[in-house]
Amino acid sequence: MIAPYFVLIPLVAAFLITLFSRKKKNVAVCLAIFAGIALLILGIVSFVLVSKADGPLLYTLGNWKIPWTINFVLDYFTSFMLITIGIIALASLVFSINYMTRYTELWKFYTLFMLMLAGMNGFVITGDLFNLFIFMEIALIAAYALVGFGCEAEELEAAFKYTVIGSLSSIFVLLAVGILYAITSTLNMADIGHNIISNRGFILYFVYGLLLTGFGLKAAIVPFHAWLPDAHSSAPAPVSAMLSGVLIKTLGIYALIRVFYHVFSISTTVLNLFLILGAITLLLGVLMAKLQFDFKRLLAFHSISQIGYIILGLGLGTPLGILGAVFHLFNHSIFKSLLFLNAGSVEYATGTRDLREMGGLGKQLKPAAVTSMIASLSISGIPPFNGFFSKLIIILAAFQAKQFIFALVAALGSILTLASFLKVQRYVFYGDPHGIERKCEKLPLCINGSMIFLAVLCVLSVVLILPGIKELILDKVVETIQNRQVYLNIISGGQL
Amino acid sequence: MILYILCLVLFLVGVYGVISKKNLLKIIISFGIISYAVNLFLILIAYRRDGIFPIYEKGANPKVLVDPLPQGMVTTSIVVELAFTVLLVSIALRIYEKYKTFDITKIRRLKG
Repeated sequence: MIAPYFVLIPLVAAFLITLFSRKKKNVAVCLAIFAGIALLILGIVSFVLVSKADGPLLYTLGNWKIPWTINFVLDYFTSFMLITIGIIALASLVFSINYMTRYTELWKFYTLFMLMLAGMNGFVITGDLFNLFIFMEIALIAAYALVGFGCEAEELEAAFKYTVIGSLSSIFVLLAVGILYAITSTLNMADIGHNIISNRGFILYFVYGLLLTGFGLKAAIVPFHAWLPDAHSSAPAPVSAMLSGVLIKTLGIYALIRVFYHVFSISTTVLNLFLILGAITLLLGVLMAKLQFDFKRLLAFHSISQIGYIILGLGLGTPLGILGAVFHLFNHSIFKSLLFLNAGSVEYATGTRDLREMGGLGKQLKPAAVTSMIASLSISGIPPFNGFFSKLIIILAAFQAKQFIFALVAALGSILTLASFLKVQRYVFYGDPHGIERKCEKLPLCINGSMIFLAVLCVLSVVLILPGIKELILDKVVETIQNRQVYLNIISGGQL
Repeated sequence: MILYILCLVLFLVGVYGVISKKNLLKIIISFGIISYAVNLFLILIAYRRDGIFPIYEKGANPKVLVDPLPQGMVTTSIVVELAFTVLLVSIALRIYEKYKTFDITKIRRLKG
């Protein structure tokens, strides 16, 4: 009976925040942090429960039988995503305690944040295609509003762009859901998986195209990436961390995996498409990032490039490739949100995001300098940190699948990433101070705390790949993604 | 079949509007057209010839019923699109306050 609480807790928190926090200011923060901690704990509990049952757990609303009900499904992959969302949400919320004080109407921020969280959690656990659309809208509408939260000219412009492109992609998804319903007369994802006949020919390829466009726009795969740098660099830093860290992965990558691996059985056409799109995304993202001088915009372009790695790993289709993709998904959400929080803390201290105006901040902002060094080394794939292992697995998987060109592309992307982040380190934390005015000498406790928390995780998550622990967590997730039949079988049984 | 094709045409008209129009308000209206097309499509797949509404009445013994589920989906998606439209219009109004124009070629402070 654990599944509904992933949606219920943030929704109730959002409601209570609007109700109480107009009079008392601290209520909003306390409620939001409490909800974040509860969701993280519940995520870990759900993983333990799934491990105990060793298979997907099903929750049906109102005990109706499956084709007529709304159902929530918990399996290894879902719980893995829920834990990722929980970690990043908690770190962003703690960070925003101090960071968001320069904005007004803070209760609106926390309400929207909670709604976004409810949408994302619901998106991950639902087993129904139309509910997938609805939860996606909840998360997205909150995200649009959060991007434009500051109400400055640039932020509004980015929010408008994001809203138009995002809602266009949602409409594509709705159209695909409608066509799938017309073909199979059901909305349940496992039921559609049972009833879909793979040689429907043209109409099924039309659905593939619509879904790939719809979710590809959310994931910012390269032909659809234009909105991401604007939206992610204009939002307040904790929101950027949320958007780049988990939103593009839940609404994009998770949906692509769920739909193309479980609802449709994966075909070589889609895999090849993933490979090519992944390689293009990877290279173009990092090349564009090299031209940037806005700190957050540079990070946003790197998000595109890292999404390319994940798609490339998925496109290989081998267990090792998927393992690399899933591990990189987790790692990237940690170090990319850490980098965005670093950018936010530098902005908090100096009031600028332009790399050329910074310099020599390493001495003043010691925690930010150290944690951003760890995150930079992680993202560029330097050995002791987590990013190295996931990239290594993806490159090895490409070699194993005899896709040597793609292995070369992945290695090249990694080198270019390193070059780009050396530039960041040199401009921001080393070099001569330019004598810019500083708004504060030391960073507040909560900002430092959340950054150190994520930096420690950057090092600790290497544990996930060690033999013994790998079999318990990552291999189970990969097995869940690969084994379509287990997901389809939930229709006939399930506990909880 | 002709209805489905017309529905697709309506959809494409909307997409054309979103992509090519320069005025923010026209983009919002084009977005509305796309939503109408998709809602129309959902209603069309639920339609059965000579079907009646799927509510049980005593004595009545209907042979063909229309599919009620897509109708439920349409009401939900109308609510979602209302939220989108309100958000878009309010952002457009705030943009007008800042830039004094609705022309997207003049709203270009973000670059790169």
